[in-house]
Amino acid sequence: MSATATTIENAPLRPSRGARAFIHRLRNGDEIAHIITLVFASTILLLAILLVCILWRDCHLSRAQFGWAFFRTSTWDPVFSQFGALPFIYGTLVTSVLALILSVPLGLAAAIFLSELAPRKISDTISFLIDLLAAVPSVIYGVLGIFVVVPLMRTTIGPALKHTLGFLPIFQGPNYGVGFLTAGIVLTIMVVPFIISVSREVLLTVPRDQREAALALGATRWESTWKVVVPWARSGILGSIFLALARALGETMAVTMVIGNDPRIATSLFSSGYSIAAVIANEFAEAFSDMHVSSLIELGLVLFLMTFILNGLARIMIIATERGGGRPS
Amino acid sequence: MSGLRLFWRKSLNVVMLTLTGVAAFAVVSVLFMILGYLVWKGGSSLNWNFFTKLPVPVGETGGGVANAILGSMKLLLLAAVMGLPIGLIAGVYLAEFGGKSYSFVIRYTTDLLNGVPSIIIGIFAAALFVLPVHHYSTFAGGAALAIMIIPITLRSTEEFLRSVPGSLREGAMALGASKWRTIATVVLPAAKGGIITGVLLALARVAGETAPLIFTVLGNQYWTTGWNQPTAALPLVIYNYAISPYDDYHRQAWAAGLVLLALVLLTNIGTRFALSRGASGGSN
Repeated sequence: MSATATTIENAPLRPSRGARAFIHRLRNGDEIAHIITLVFASTILLLAILLVCILWRDCHLSRAQFGWAFFRTSTWDPVFSQFGALPFIYGTLVTSVLALILSVPLGLAAAIFLSELAPRKISDTISFLIDLLAAVPSVIYGVLGIFVVVPLMRTTIGPALKHTLGFLPIFQGPNYGVGFLTAGIVLTIMVVPFIISVSREVLLTVPRDQREAALALGATRWESTWKVVVPWARSGILGSIFLALARALGETMAVTMVIGNDPRIATSLFSSGYSIAAVIANEFAEAFSDMHVSSLIELGLVLFLMTFILNGLARIMIIATERGGGRPS
Repeated sequence: MSGLRLFWRKSLNVVMLTLTGVAAFAVVSVLFMILGYLVWKGGSSLNWNFFTKLPVPVGETGGGVANAILGSMKLLLLAAVMGLPIGLIAGVYLAEFGGKSYSFVIRYTTDLLNGVPSIIIGIFAAALFVLPVHHYSTFAGGAALAIMIIPITLRSTEEFLRSVPGSLREGAMALGASKWRTIATVVLPAAKGGIITGVLLALARVAGETAPLIFTVLGNQYWTTGWNQPTAALPLVIYNYAISPYDDYHRQAWAAGLVLLALVLLTNIGTRFALSRGASGGSN
């Protein structure tokens, strides 16, 4: 009784300061605005979680049926409901790695030019043009791939490679124009802008005195860039490469249009192949059995996890470089 | 001996630095090659029919892609209605209200969501809106594009809100305005130009997306009414026509590609121009 009395008695006299401040802010609308924006921001988190859950749920059929064998077998036969993912994983990795081998030297060189050599105005203009290149829709790269790169591959690049490097097993076999190498070349053009713009940003954060110290010791411009500036920014550059790899792995339209769409594992880069994204794009709308849909969704989940991990690592590396420099240890 | 070494180092310097310049100009020249090729191949097929007529069967002349242009507009409208509020308001949260750790989580998730391949977003939208009801719809495609728009708008909104000087906020608060009034009447108007730019760029980005549309809106040869049917879309038309074996369709694919590319590039160039003019105007 007395306890109740004190509460009632004291309530108007001694409300906690936090509560009063809260009511006051509520009256101002600040807390309401805070909560509303918080809810909208949390939607992002929910969306990401929902995405993973839906993919996981909708591929339970094929997970239950094939288990880990899904990743070890290479038969893809919708008619007999046999699904193995190996050729698609192989095609995705081969084309992406090929794209990296071609785009990293090109992109890094261009980024060095833009951050170290070019005057600021020229550098900004070129960077803007390169950003435009990154904005070109992938289906347009696909159209150019079909009508420009494929014929070029069949008549010029392919024969030239066979003539000079034909002793390597990767450059042997028939060349129809479509295949791993063509897809790799188209992907190169598509991911190079990402490498350049992120690497340039990272290189520009390298402190000026690092360059000056190297030059003062008698290094040439190139030596100061290659032995001091690039190592300083290396984890950020690695981050940009990871971002590019993630983009190449998930690229759909351009690859679908030039890779040949034939699930096989071949040593020759001239051979046609298939990628995860391409098979999903081609078959999802026409999949008639639940198992087929489920297998395609499992492929999607695999692709999602690959890009998710790469993107996660890339962000951490870029953040680390921009905060304190990837100091050479 | 040391003279030879110096000569070698200096030559290496010149050669490597030249190569970096060559690389940069080679990459930039690709942009002009793409543009030139599309204008050359697609320009001649652009005419009044192209923008106003429905597709016709192979062999007949005078067909167009009017239904695809309308379809793309409807998809963008849906994406904007569903995606922009979330992106914009969440951006306000990150820039104005967010604490440290939860904001980091949201920002990180946003970046990851931005990096998810568009085909996966397509599967997600199909699993939510197509597989359960067993038919393709404009709505499902719009939802897929909306999911892609959210992370882009969110980050650009946050960035532009952060670039509003703190003194403006302090001034408003010193006059007794509450925080949300400060944001609504001072900060948001100050960042308006930048936010609109971000929205336009986000729309331009998803306007060219093809992969998430293939199995959500499917494509359509005719006009679509309402939001619950399969619809045509410009990127889908480009894809389907380009992989078809007919020259007539190839020509239309080039033309549609030119239209799409022009839209995307003009939006990018226009917003860039507007932004840089706004920035210099602000400093004067």
